[in-house]
Amino acid sequence: MNRDAPLVLGIETSCDETGVGIVRGTRLLANTIASSMDEHARYGGVVPEVAARAHLEAMGPTLEAALAEAQVELADLDAVAVTSGPGLAGALMVGVGAAKALAVSLGKPLYAVNHLVGHVGADVLDAAGGPGHPIELPTIALLVSGGHTSLLHVRDLTADVELLGETIDDAAGEAFDKVARILGLPYPGGPQIDKAAEGGDPAAIRFPRGLSLPKDLERHRYDFSFSGLKTAVARWVEQRADASQPVPVADVAASFREAVVDVLVSKAVNACRDRGVPRLLLGGGVVANRRLREVATERCAAAGIELRIPALSLCTDNGAMIAALAAQLIMAGHGPSSLRFGADSTLPVTDIQVA
Amino acid sequence: MLAIDTSAGSSVAVVDLDRGVIAEKSVDDHRRHAEVIGSLIAEALEESGVAVGALSAVAAGMGPGPFTGLRVGIAAARAFALGARKPVVGLVSHDAIAFDAYRGGHTGPLLVLTDARRRELYWSHYAGADDAGLPTRASGPGLAAPDELPHVDVERREAASVSAAALGLLAELTWANGRPFAADEALYLRSPDVTLSAGPKRVTA
Ligand SMILES: [Zn+2]
Repeated sequence: MNRDAPLVLGIETSCDETGVGIVRGTRLLANTIASSMDEHARYGGVVPEVAARAHLEAMGPTLEAALAEAQVELADLDAVAVTSGPGLAGALMVGVGAAKALAVSLGKPLYAVNHLVGHVGADVLDAAGGPGHPIELPTIALLVSGGHTSLLHVRDLTADVELLGETIDDAAGEAFDKVARILGLPYPGGPQIDKAAEGGDPAAIRFPRGLSLPKDLERHRYDFSFSGLKTAVARWVEQRADASQPVPVADVAASFREAVVDVLVSKAVNACRDRGVPRLLLGGGVVANRRLREVATERCAAAGIELRIPALSLCTDNGAMIAALAAQLIMAGHGPSSLRFGADSTLPVTDIQVA
Repeated sequence: MLAIDTSAGSSVAVVDLDRGVIAEKSVDDHRRHAEVIGSLIAEALEESGVAVGALSAVAAGMGPGPFTGLRVGIAAARAFALGARKPVVGLVSHDAIAFDAYRGGHTGPLLVLTDARRRELYWSHYAGADDAGLPTRASGPGLAAPDELPHVDVERREAASVSAAALGLLAELTWANGRPFAADEALYLRSPDVTLSAGPKRVTA
């Protein structure tokens, strides 16, 4: 096997995106994604069974499209990689089943990797197809999507990742979806809230910052909670409606978004300070949120922290990050996974690769 | 031909029209499809001594079966076929059970049943086997509660597992006789469990 710049195909099916990516070392060759988001829109959130069915139908075409985009033959691959977890169990299993069969049919080694660490691994890639670069370490990583909200301390991408904190209830992306519904906006909520917040006053309403009081910070310094915030928004809107007063949607959206972004960035910057790590990496679909990028940029600059934000196409769930992480594992000399691993919906970040 | 079925347990076989069943590997566990599928394929191939390139096609049991496990086998069959650059053919998993029954000497109508969980059964009704030995499905597959099954007068065959060897031999015969295969879609027979919500719930009394 080529251990200098291995050609790896990565399969990602942990949520509602069927992702197939192909990398050669740190160079991105293909990043193909089929999303079942439209099918979930009528339900206001990702429905696991709908997502899993969509993965099964999208897998073949997405694999073919990625191979065509990368202009490589399956026989040329050095390895196949797949997300083992965390994520939706039924969705993960489609990718695991496909990856194992593909690896066996090709006689290629298989690497089962961690989805969250994959988000960090995406940073080595250049979305424009450039040569990529080694990841600068150590780094704090803030991963925010509809499925997860996690803060990691990454000392070694392939050997030493620590979970500092995560959401204890809703993921941040979920909170955006739920508040969008409260405001009568369609799914997915993130872009809708972003749009609605334009021209709104982020200081109009002081919504609660979850787990940010001194007593909470003692026990949950790096954990997140968005359920109380969502309820506070709902209560505020209901009281307005009950009093037959108009709901200032722009102000509510801007104030809610500010509360989410404030907590996310504050805790991430705290982690950088506490750990003496002058680097913050963002990942996950919520990175698309303009205000999150703005506030992170401002506060990192003020605190002397280098902020890294991969291209959005590499922040949302994708197969290229899975391939990139596996390539890093191969380059670091790690052997392949056995064929016995399963889908682990709660795989801890310390399990960077599943044996 | 390589045959894969995960509509009940997980079963993988390598079969040939002339040589019959060359290798079959199965695990009856109804929960661990994703864990075992890779090893089953690798072991069946190794035991058969048949090279991937020498296969003519991949046969996939399309169900009916509980969704999560069923998908693992179909995803594996399709991905294996893609990797091997071979065609994939789909079959109704119940047809393999009926095929086995008729090969074993059963004659006349047959009602094949498998567990659909939630106190329901998947059923398929067969009139008999044709000259080629292929079961002729008269109706189904369908889904029903045990006391609401159709064709109450027909002899039943309730199966806890589906043999990929039977599925593969059935595929070989179907192929050799130029008969149509099943549609290339998973037979879930149930809609995803989702309820459309009627807007946000009130949080204040
Ligand atoms: Zn993700």
